[in-house]
Amino acid sequence: MATSASSQLSKVVKRQYMELPQGDKVQAMYIWIDGTGEGLRCKTRTLDSEPKSIEDLPEWNFDGSSTYQSEGSNSDMYLIPAAMFRDPFRKDPNKLVLCQVLKYNRKPAETNHRQTCRKIMDMVEHQIPWFGMEQEYTILGTDGHPFGWPSNGFPGPQGPYYCGVGADKAYGRDIVEAHYRACLYAGVEICGTNAEVMPAQWEFQIGPCEGINMGDHLWVARFILHRVCEDFGVVASFDPKPIPGNWNGAGCHTNFSTKEMRENGGLKCIEESIEKLGKRHNYHIRAYDPKGGLDNARRLTGHHETSNIHEFSAGVANRGASIRIPRSVGQEKKGYFEDRRPSANCDPYAVTEALIRTCLLDEEGEEPVDY
Amino acid sequence: ETSGFLWRGANPSCFTKVAIRSRMSYVSDSSTLNKALRQHYLTLPQGQFCQLTYVWIDGTGEGLRNKTRTIDSEPKSLADVPEWNFDGSSTGQSKGYNSDMMLIPVRMFRDPFLLDPNKLVLCEVLKHTGEPAESNHRNRCHKSMEKVTDLHPWFGMEQEYTLLGVDRHPFGWPRHGFPKPQGPYYCGVGADKAFGRDIVECHFKACLYAGVKITGTNAEVMPSQWEFQVGPCEGIEIADQLWMARFLLHRVCEDFGVVASLDPKPMVGDWNGAGCHVNMSTVPMREDGGIEYVEKAIEKLSKRHPEHIRVYDPHGGEDNKRRLTGRHETSSIHDFSSGIANRGASVRIPRQVDQEKCGYFEDRRPSANCDPYSVIYEMAVTCMLDEK
Repeated sequence: MATSASSQLSKVVKRQYMELPQGDKVQAMYIWIDGTGEGLRCKTRTLDSEPKSIEDLPEWNFDGSSTYQSEGSNSDMYLIPAAMFRDPFRKDPNKLVLCQVLKYNRKPAETNHRQTCRKIMDMVEHQIPWFGMEQEYTILGTDGHPFGWPSNGFPGPQGPYYCGVGADKAYGRDIVEAHYRACLYAGVEICGTNAEVMPAQWEFQIGPCEGINMGDHLWVARFILHRVCEDFGVVASFDPKPIPGNWNGAGCHTNFSTKEMRENGGLKCIEESIEKLGKRHNYHIRAYDPKGGLDNARRLTGHHETSNIHEFSAGVANRGASIRIPRSVGQEKKGYFEDRRPSANCDPYAVTEALIRTCLLDEEGEEPVDY
Repeated sequence: ETSGFLWRGANPSCFTKVAIRSRMSYVSDSSTLNKALRQHYLTLPQGQFCQLTYVWIDGTGEGLRNKTRTIDSEPKSLADVPEWNFDGSSTGQSKGYNSDMMLIPVRMFRDPFLLDPNKLVLCEVLKHTGEPAESNHRNRCHKSMEKVTDLHPWFGMEQEYTLLGVDRHPFGWPRHGFPKPQGPYYCGVGADKAFGRDIVECHFKACLYAGVKITGTNAEVMPSQWEFQVGPCEGIEIADQLWMARFLLHRVCEDFGVVASLDPKPMVGDWNGAGCHVNMSTVPMREDGGIEYVEKAIEKLSKRHPEHIRVYDPHGGEDNKRRLTGRHETSSIHDFSSGIANRGASVRIPRQVDQEKCGYFEDRRPSANCDPYSVIYEMAVTCMLDEK
């Protein structure tokens, strides 16, 4: 069986311990992004009382030499609390605390894209930028094979699985349901879920979130997904092309709008933004996966509802384009647009920052401006 | 397989799970017993009677033993807990013809297994003569801590341990092999990174309930290896707290059917060992400019390296030889070294201590199976009592 040994441990026994009262003590689980820019790490500390806001949470530190972030001889790195959520695993009053990582000299760690994202978002606050991100992912067994697929083979071709129902169509729905409820409990802005085109592939959507909240909520939603899968004994993969061949990849389509785009006649502003994006395709491709475009090269082929990585395109209701303008937006002449290029394992801070820089700060060329 | 006994509240799928678990040879048979059934009995009211479980360290200096007695009412403090005795010839502590050993209560906790009003009572062991047993290092530790109370020494200890199946293979590892190399496991999340988190979560809750001063947990560098931290506690309390935390860990693992190993090098090869780093500070170190006292203490430690190594594991340094190699974030057992934020040194000064110029230091040498009474006793002798 391709589920983990841990998931076979008695959950009846576990519940008996987890229901023990804990007095005034509160457990705060600090979460951060490691040196890969994709992996999440966590550790817990006890607090003497329930934190009411992020200001009540102390700074912490960790051993960066064990997370691909520093050398053993100079290994301390700082954890700075950034956003707090309820803990759906340990329940109230315990907390999940998303952090950003600083190096020993207090500068942002290499994979800490939150700091500059925050600065950029602050610059355009008055334009009220909203984001919605559609996180696709694949459920794998601990053997690395998609969950529910036959052991040494493949299921029937794609077609019946997207939004499907039935044991022959939907693989692992329990995880999706549990994750959804856990996100709602935690206070993460989850707005929906659906089964995806490839069997064992699913999607959830986070948003609409303003500014920096998009990155914070998506990272915590991902952490919750990994923890839920761990409990069930399976693995969530954000690899953008987990199975080569005639099988869909996994993206993180990003929907974006500003106050101006959402008002009457906003379509003009949308078209102007798309024009600017068209001139900066390579800069965005580099920001849209953690390997500067190499991961997306396996996914953005022009097939399987993707655009080709080498060309920029846009169109109304066009899922083969880099940018899709939803049909309803085309009709109402206002709304938002969808950038379909980001890969499932993108850093949402890097993605949302790039969109602001190009569309609202009018940047051009291969490099971001240092303000 | 259980019989057709259906207990109210028990779910028929419990029985399927029992069948599956009994095929898993890496968890104990005990753990497959019906826990819903156990719950019925453990929630029976017990009148005013109170169950006291006495816990002590056996003749190995590593193992813990326990037995339980009924008393007529809930003890309000240690003074209400009577002394007891046990058969030391069955715990490697005495001969059969003169086997009675004494159990002297030293600290009381709430019982997270039998629940209120029942208690866990940590004890020290005396021989029939009234002298401390061979593996009772608490006695002289207590005396030395009394001499340095004005320094208010605070300790924090970081207990690392490895989860094993009853087949002694690390829990969650492939049956006849190894997982992918170290890198993704430290503080990791996901079924391919974190093995046995349920135990860690339950142990944390059990400690909070019991009144053990657990300050945190994290997954460690080797898969199936975890760490919890106890403290800060003043003086001897740290060692009492750590021993009780270890007892709770063994009991929680027993309930789940797995084993907690405190062996300092459970897997040979490119796999981390398990230590029990001890953090220490005194009043002068914690005050402004206290880093001067931190550095003085480290200087004193550097002159007594072999003496400390001898007491930092229960086998005179032999256990630590397998662990302190200079690789895998350890210092070499042969040399003393120290450094800021340096995890390859014997003693590490945390970066923020260096920046704030006061605080504490971390001695990274003690092994996971050390006796904390022996460790802090030696630190008091070297750093606080100025003996050579």
